[in-house]
Amino acid sequence: MKNKILTYLENDARLTPVQIAVMLGTTEEKVRSIIEECEAEGSILSYRAVINWDKTGKESVTALIELKTTPQKDKGFDAVAEKISNFPQVNSVYLMSGGYDLAITVECKTMRDIAIFVAEKLATIEGVTSTATHFVLQKYKDNDVVFESDKSDKRGNTW
Amino acid sequence: MFDYNKVLSDRVVGIKPSGIRKFFDILDEMKDVVSLTVGQPDFVTPWHIREAGIRSLEEGRTYYTSNNGIIEMRQEIAAYQSRRFGLDYNPKDEIIVTVGGSEAIDMAIRTLTNYGDEIIVPEPCFVCYSPLVSLSGGVPVSIPLKKENAFKLTAEELKNAITPKTKALILPFPNNPTGACMNRRDLEAIAEVIRDTDIIVISDEIYGELTYDEPHCSIATLDGMRERTIIASGFSKAYAMTGWRLGYTLAPNYFTKQMAKVHQFGIMCAPTTSQFAAVEALKNGDDDIQYMKDEYDSRRRFIVNGLKEIGIHCFMPEGAFYVFADISHYGMTSERFCERLLMEKSVAIVPGTAFGECGEGFVRISYAYSIKRIEKALRLIEEFVGTL
Repeated sequence: MKNKILTYLENDARLTPVQIAVMLGTTEEKVRSIIEECEAEGSILSYRAVINWDKTGKESVTALIELKTTPQKDKGFDAVAEKISNFPQVNSVYLMSGGYDLAITVECKTMRDIAIFVAEKLATIEGVTSTATHFVLQKYKDNDVVFESDKSDKRGNTW
Repeated sequence: MFDYNKVLSDRVVGIKPSGIRKFFDILDEMKDVVSLTVGQPDFVTPWHIREAGIRSLEEGRTYYTSNNGIIEMRQEIAAYQSRRFGLDYNPKDEIIVTVGGSEAIDMAIRTLTNYGDEIIVPEPCFVCYSPLVSLSGGVPVSIPLKKENAFKLTAEELKNAITPKTKALILPFPNNPTGACMNRRDLEAIAEVIRDTDIIVISDEIYGELTYDEPHCSIATLDGMRERTIIASGFSKAYAMTGWRLGYTLAPNYFTKQMAKVHQFGIMCAPTTSQFAAVEALKNGDDDIQYMKDEYDSRRRFIVNGLKEIGIHCFMPEGAFYVFADISHYGMTSERFCERLLMEKSVAIVPGTAFGECGEGFVRISYAYSIKRIEKALRLIEEFVGTL
């Protein structure tokens, strides 16, 4: 049941415990307590809207940065990854297999802001040996949501 | 002057146009309607199934297949039916792949019906049976099913409908529009009546995968029933493949051999691309079925609960994706109720009478829609009944 609740919330975080209880054929109390438990253990981290900022006219640029770094004694990549995670402009930090170590997505107002961020903040972190910055030109799908898709119901009126 | 009535077939002219069509025509003209009318899944066919169809096109498989369908597909159908429902049919001569479940039903009726034969049709039910019986020269005999029996067919009702002219019984469960299911015990009572007769059962099991309380039971699994049963099924509902137009029949060789004539002369073969897609569905689609079924199940609870809160009683559907709600206490016909709801609140649902006269007092609401859509419709329905 926990996984079901998590899946429902992942698709639509605005579903209420009452609605989820009805959908699963259980009680509101039960759903509430499972959600609280998930929040406490950190399996539910936050509830937020997926926004297509392009629609709003707000200026924003996203870049994907491949970063190479020398692992540190005892800490491996953790120390550098944590340091990078602290920057508010950083959306995600992943440790990767393959040709580089960390994959970072960064969101800033302009390309220049990102360039400055990479040059001044990322590249200067101790142990970082190289960075490669790729700018996102267009988002087609993000967080499971397809942007700009035609959602109209085209099913024929049949019985 | 040309007299059209003289050139047209009496049988065709004699068929009443479906009442629901008029309603749909109004609906097609209106904008921004919150519709809960359709009888098909809101899921897109799972990608791996679509991909198999595309691959078959890339490989140039654009030919007719053998009349009864590619043998690999019939083998997979046999394996699937055995795995899911415990049925045992020989892919070589007991399975015909058809253009949707509709052709399967049409073919079965045409193969059985002589002029004047009576075919029993329990109502409310899907709209095609009676017209197809009439087209074959048969006489549809309807049994009005009752809410107090949870819209199941009872042995008593069946006995009362049987005459010396009765040729066949249509058994449409899980049912569109009521959501009723017949479990093994219910079917045993029916089989008990049928076994002493020459009546053939046409079991429409298109919604067989969509049952929520207990797994679907086919009447052909009961003692002595396989030999007198033609099962019609298909891919539309279980795999969200309505547009692919693909179904099939399962029937003993002596039926299949004769039905194959109707199929090969009328249709030739089912769409080739669809057949290749369906092979993939049968091989690797069990998880997709489960996923969609779970979704429908949560929507079913959601909508039934929502209607209850509004004060509209509905029998808890056990299968398919419809609720058949009782609106008789609002003191108007189901058609009037639906028309007013459409005009006043732009919500579309289907009058119960579209599925037989005994559907009066009921409306069919489909839950093959997102929770968001259902929630919005429920809110508007609540506003509407508040004004009554």
